[in-house]
Amino acid sequence: MDHTTQTTQAGSTGIPPLRIGTHLLQSRLVVGTGKYRDYEVMQEAIDASGADCVTVAVRRERLVDAEGRSLLDFLDTDRITVLPNTAGCFTAEDAVRVSRLGRELLEQLGNPGRDWVKLEVLGDKTTLLPDPVGTLEACRELVADGFQVLCYASDDPRLAVALRDAGAASVMPAGSPIGTGRGINNPHSIALLLELLKDPAQGGDPAYPVIVDAGVGTPSDVTIAMELGADGVLLNTGIAHAGDPVRMAHAMRLALESGYHGARSERIGMRRYASASSPFDGVISTIPGE
Amino acid sequence: MFLVVNGQRQEFPDRITVAELVQAAGLEGRPCAVERNREVVAKADHGTTHLEEGDHLELVTLVGGG
Repeated sequence: MDHTTQTTQAGSTGIPPLRIGTHLLQSRLVVGTGKYRDYEVMQEAIDASGADCVTVAVRRERLVDAEGRSLLDFLDTDRITVLPNTAGCFTAEDAVRVSRLGRELLEQLGNPGRDWVKLEVLGDKTTLLPDPVGTLEACRELVADGFQVLCYASDDPRLAVALRDAGAASVMPAGSPIGTGRGINNPHSIALLLELLKDPAQGGDPAYPVIVDAGVGTPSDVTIAMELGADGVLLNTGIAHAGDPVRMAHAMRLALESGYHGARSERIGMRRYASASSPFDGVISTIPGE
Repeated sequence: MFLVVNGQRQEFPDRITVAELVQAAGLEGRPCAVERNREVVAKADHGTTHLEEGDHLELVTLVGGG
């Protein structure tokens, strides 16, 4: 690790920005904007999370809006890069349509997020698990249409490679199904996925961004994802549905920083037997068996 | 003529433009993307795109999501 480079590039956290395609994220925590009690809490939670990229969904205009308030009134789109998703799409065709509508909306806002999309092609409404075939098909089509595609995917390492080869700007394996709060269900699979995508010996590129997306319930889930070697974490429900969303957002931010630095500090190996931290040399006590 | 707007069949004056439709929906001046028969109509073309009877329109915006 080149500490000089890191210090010059990094902010106060000592963590350098994350490059995804042509986008540079100052925070490696990307948060969703859904499921909040109200827009004020959402706004405060986003601030507390430190995120400079948030996901949004594309939906039909409700032609009559009771409160007349829009999500966009509560997002500082000059500072925040908006990442539109294709949530709710179950076919590649619908995901491509929604991606193009998201692009049109962000064009109108003049937001840098206009050329990228968080691609979700889901298999069913109960598990919300990604449909791998539809995801790959939509990814190819969107890449050909000039999108930078961030692919929400299962934690299958070979699918991740296929998406990378199809031109995905980032692969985003699920820790566990969306909104379940079950954390990282299969850390071994995520570790293999990271190895295939990032290890040059496996044809990978250490700079290829991999973001664990979905399933986070608690800050330690974020830390574990980062310790496994992920470049970032995307979550929504874990913050939005916490009893205290703003405090939880802060905790998630700290958890990400912990995991980032922990992953780069060469942790100790696991041992069978204990290893005393205080010297036995000079003890005045009687040691059993000696 | 009738159009299907966000899944609902509605009556509109003949040859109405996309811009007039957006205005009629009270969405003028707000971020609103329009899809006509599954193709996006860019904002710059709203004023010059005349709709035909039976067109399917989707008027969408951004909402909270994960």
